[in-house]
Amino acid sequence: MKELVVISGKGGTGKTSVVASLACLATPAVLVDCDVDAADLHLLLEPKTERRENFVAGSKARIKPGHCTACGKCEELCRFDAIYFDGPGNGRVPKTYRVDTIACEGCGVCFEFCAEKAIEFEPETCGQWFHSTTRVGPMVHARLAVAAENSGKLVTQLRRTAQEVAKSQGLGLVICDGSPGIGCPVIASLTGASLALIVVEPTMSGLHDFGRIAELAMRLGVPSMMVVNKADLNLEMAAELEAKASQYSVGPLGRIPYDRSITDAQIASKAIVEFNDGPAATAIRGLWERVSKQLDSCPESEASGLTQIRV
Amino acid sequence: MRIAIASGKGGTGKTTVATNLAYVAARLGQSTAYLDCDVEEPNGHIFLRPEIQESRPIEKPVPTVDLSRCNHCGACSRICRFGAIAALPKETLVYPELCHACGGCGLICPCDAISEVTRSIGTLRLGTSGKVRFVDGTLNVGEAMSPPAIHVVKEAAPEADLVLLDAPPGTSCPAIEAIRGSDLVVLVTEPTPFGLHDLTLAVEMVRALKMPMGVVVNRAGMGDDAVLRYCAGHRVPVLGEIPDDRAVAEAYSRGEMIADAVPSFARRIEDLLQRIDYGIPV
Repeated sequence: MKELVVISGKGGTGKTSVVASLACLATPAVLVDCDVDAADLHLLLEPKTERRENFVAGSKARIKPGHCTACGKCEELCRFDAIYFDGPGNGRVPKTYRVDTIACEGCGVCFEFCAEKAIEFEPETCGQWFHSTTRVGPMVHARLAVAAENSGKLVTQLRRTAQEVAKSQGLGLVICDGSPGIGCPVIASLTGASLALIVVEPTMSGLHDFGRIAELAMRLGVPSMMVVNKADLNLEMAAELEAKASQYSVGPLGRIPYDRSITDAQIASKAIVEFNDGPAATAIRGLWERVSKQLDSCPESEASGLTQIRV
Repeated sequence: MRIAIASGKGGTGKTTVATNLAYVAARLGQSTAYLDCDVEEPNGHIFLRPEIQESRPIEKPVPTVDLSRCNHCGACSRICRFGAIAALPKETLVYPELCHACGGCGLICPCDAISEVTRSIGTLRLGTSGKVRFVDGTLNVGEAMSPPAIHVVKEAAPEADLVLLDAPPGTSCPAIEAIRGSDLVVLVTEPTPFGLHDLTLAVEMVRALKMPMGVVVNRAGMGDDAVLRYCAGHRVPVLGEIPDDRAVAEAYSRGEMIADAVPSFARRIEDLLQRIDYGIPV
């Protein structure tokens, strides 16, 4: 099983538009939207959900006002400024402590050390994940609850589910749409993948961010390739990126020209390769040929063996 | 006034709006600070080109185990919700990159065998860019958790009448850490289906935090009017629109201060500042 992860470091470089097109060009592959914070792939692929599961991870503290004696131990021990002295009073004390669940880190320290056993610490539903079908193949995606945590764990869950779906349907490829940045959801998306495709834009910011994501892929031992999107916005910068790519042993896979019809395709809920045969679509077709050739020589995905990374 | 510039979707123009607001406000005589809280990919320095006066490590406390005192009872490993400490029969291992620094293991240890040491997870820089006071944080590559680094950047905020925080994209922990405590959240979006979808997530996040907000539509004209219709229908004030302009995109690509390179853009930023000064209906 091969697994291609599309990432970018910098946001808004065109990951999702590229993934939707690759999904159309690959013989049915399983698609995964690992950008669980701001998932957009479903807007282009319009999945029909077949199975829906709650994503339960971590716990949050809650103080039972009736049991709180306002001793203040929880506030003293909490390192996340999540405890406020503004809860409702009870027969014994005029005010009790209250947990701000958005600030709560889920460490359970207050729960462990409350002498009155006045704190509950129950697992939280942090979102939902879905197994769906689309016009181009099966898709695994999720929606993280508002202001929820544990995005890295959710990503690991999605990738493992995608491996199961691929196995059960006899498909040899999983394509993941990653999230921007280099933090926990990105590490969870990349670890054990066959190949990372880094989508960059030819800007100073793009150049700066490329170095960081390429270094991360290298440290995680994931081979990576780079494509310059909106390349003609700054041709000198595109060339500079390609030079920098070879320093990181990242193979440059070519360029996608700036093409306004990518936005029109998005508005029509289509991948650009389904929408027209314009310059971007043509470039992405060529890109897919090179990526699929590269995938042949890449290692198998290790996603099914990943244990939950607890970040 | 403390203003966080955020967005659900990446690449909508947060840094462009934040750096130019800082630059233009300072040019108008306001005492201004810019804080780059996007510690995973900090780019504000590219445009503001600050002179760095101070640079220091961003540190996080992590436990260390004194094995001569440890009785291998396993209490530390049981209390840790993050799998960051493993008590084995003869050893106790700490996985610092998984540690959330809650202090639970040290509190529960019956043998007083656990103390804390600091570990560097990134770099904090302080400087000036003209009259703008500048702070940024850079997370070390390979570190998973950015919120503690963002917290340090915020703590380093200099005194200024206008403090602008450039937040990371998304709607989970890093974005929330960056925007908490601000007086106003400015959500930058673009008029496309992706921009709209991620804006609705960001609006839900800001509402959950019960903070005042407004929207800036960047690259106005590139897509459709669904974002404006959404804002009108959900009572989210639109603070300004910045037209889609290739000159802006090219100046951005070269790392130029856009308010200098494109005068019409500078006027939009001035309008935005005025609109913010005028007050945001909540």
